[in-house]
Amino acid sequence: MRVPLEAYLILSAYLFALGVVGVATRRNALIIFMSIELMLNAVNLSFLAFARFLNSMDGQIFVFFVMVVAAAEVAVGLAIIITIYRNKETVDVAELNLLKW
Amino acid sequence: MLETLVIMLVKIGVVFGALLLTVAYMTWVERKVIADIQVRLGPTRVGPYGLLQPIADGLKLMFKEDLIPSQVDRVIFLLAPSLSIIPAFIAFAVIPFGDTTTLFGLLSRPVPLHITDIDVGVLFVFGVASLGVYGIVLAGWSSNNKYSLLGGLRSSAQLISYELSMGLSVVGVLLLVGSLSLVDIVKAQAGVSWWFGLLPVPNWFLFSQPVGFCIYFCCALAETNRAPFDLPEAETELVAGFHTEYSSMKFAMFFMAEYANMITVAALATTMFLGGWLGPVAPSPVWFLGKVFFLLFLFIWFRATLPRFRYDQLMGFGWKRLLPLALLNTAVTAIAAVRG
Amino acid sequence: MELLIFAGLALVAGVSGLLVVVQRHAVYSALFLILTMGALAGIYILLDAHFVWVIQVIVYAGAIMVLFLFVIMLLDIRSEQAPWAAPDRGRILVAVLLSVVLLLELGIAVARRFVLAPAGGPAVARNFGTTQTVGRLLFTDFLFPFEITSIILLVAMIGAMVLAKKRLT
Repeated sequence: MRVPLEAYLILSAYLFALGVVGVATRRNALIIFMSIELMLNAVNLSFLAFARFLNSMDGQIFVFFVMVVAAAEVAVGLAIIITIYRNKETVDVAELNLLKW
Repeated sequence: MLETLVIMLVKIGVVFGALLLTVAYMTWVERKVIADIQVRLGPTRVGPYGLLQPIADGLKLMFKEDLIPSQVDRVIFLLAPSLSIIPAFIAFAVIPFGDTTTLFGLLSRPVPLHITDIDVGVLFVFGVASLGVYGIVLAGWSSNNKYSLLGGLRSSAQLISYELSMGLSVVGVLLLVGSLSLVDIVKAQAGVSWWFGLLPVPNWFLFSQPVGFCIYFCCALAETNRAPFDLPEAETELVAGFHTEYSSMKFAMFFMAEYANMITVAALATTMFLGGWLGPVAPSPVWFLGKVFFLLFLFIWFRATLPRFRYDQLMGFGWKRLLPLALLNTAVTAIAAVRG
Repeated sequence: MELLIFAGLALVAGVSGLLVVVQRHAVYSALFLILTMGALAGIYILLDAHFVWVIQVIVYAGAIMVLFLFVIMLLDIRSEQAPWAAPDRGRILVAVLLSVVLLLELGIAVARRFVLAPAGGPAVARNFGTTQTVGRLLFTDFLFPFEITSIILLVAMIGAMVLAKKRLT
């Protein structure tokens, strides 16, 4: 039995929705960050599935670029989280309300 | 179909068994060699020349009390040893340990002596090897002990740093071969060239990529936490580093992982730089094993000779010396490869 | 057979993905995220992405998640209270509902069948998704974006160093 395109896309959509839930509900900045990674992975899965089913390599190339951006984003994002932790002793986004006057 | 499956299973069994045996006897070899270097005798009591020492050690560790400290994170504490040992063994799946064989005419067709040959072999080994750091990091963190945590942190920083130079050091070889498959890389090293028409030199990449090999070897020492880069488990400052809180078989698993990693990096170095199984007269697996054991001997020799680095020296050496050198090596090789 | 492998990997990815979001402790979240990524790497092999799956293992599992764990350990973040026990339960309910709506929307889009391909996909060339193919494309058709990535990485590197430095002198 071969796998239909829809199966890949549904898995991808499910993982993306999970990522959205994580970003919207969690307060730990690190877990929010991980949820974003989850969403990026879900999108990568869609790209690869379409690349395979359209017989075109462009999707795989795009995944490569997504990974580069993800790596850059994690490096900067984690540095920001460390800086925040140094100043506020917390990674709870609900307590980072300095600009909400 | 069935024949292929049986052959595959036999190969996996042989590789796994050989690896376990080598890991066990590496402890004996290490003690004997270091003892020789330090003009001592080493193990002599258990069996002739202490040859049964690893079995005695294994039994002792198995029957020791398995302590789990009360404040540890139990799930991760139990998971960490397996996480560190599994990648060490998986990496061997793509390393070719010999040419094809018919097993003295027993088999109907020649069987290649590697478990599998994938077109991203080199990347696979690096990818799997990079997973080994999780075991160490998690062991350090879950032990809830400051020495363990420091050991784990040091180790992860060290592995991340040296992975870069290690990856770059083999790019030169990849540029010359034009393939990531380890079998292709070995085959590209066949033949002999004559230096000045007098000296026969095998076409190993050791001779066309000497800088790459040196960088790889330094990084391999650092990646396997061996002296002189054994800071994560520096006894004098960190007790035993990340495995301070471990006892019994779980401690043994960390030890086995370290030795299995050593064998893996040595096997990869053999494949990439020393011509893998290639060599005259003797059967190919013998050549492969001989080269691997020579490298393992070098590892032990280094440990017996060099003092430990300081932490800032270690980081400085990795980032300020090895990495630029590896980049330079890559650039020079690329230019040479393009110009023919 | 292929469907069976896919089902197994999808199950692992789905369950561990869910556990990433609901775990109390960031370390466990990170571990389950690694598992999700590993399962996805397996699915990538089914999709003939011979280069991308190993890059997924090296970049995501080997580098990005190590960095995450490193930061979690460095900051020594202890367990927070369970997310659903938080005082803002209404907000969470709304968020979950909206996500379900999003999922339904995506499901409808999938059901429209805008790519007409047989299950398993069309036959592809032997070198589809290999390192050589990806490399050749990156250095021909996608050369400019590829060069831009080096600038992105450089900027990220400098940014991370500037941010993480204790005091700027």
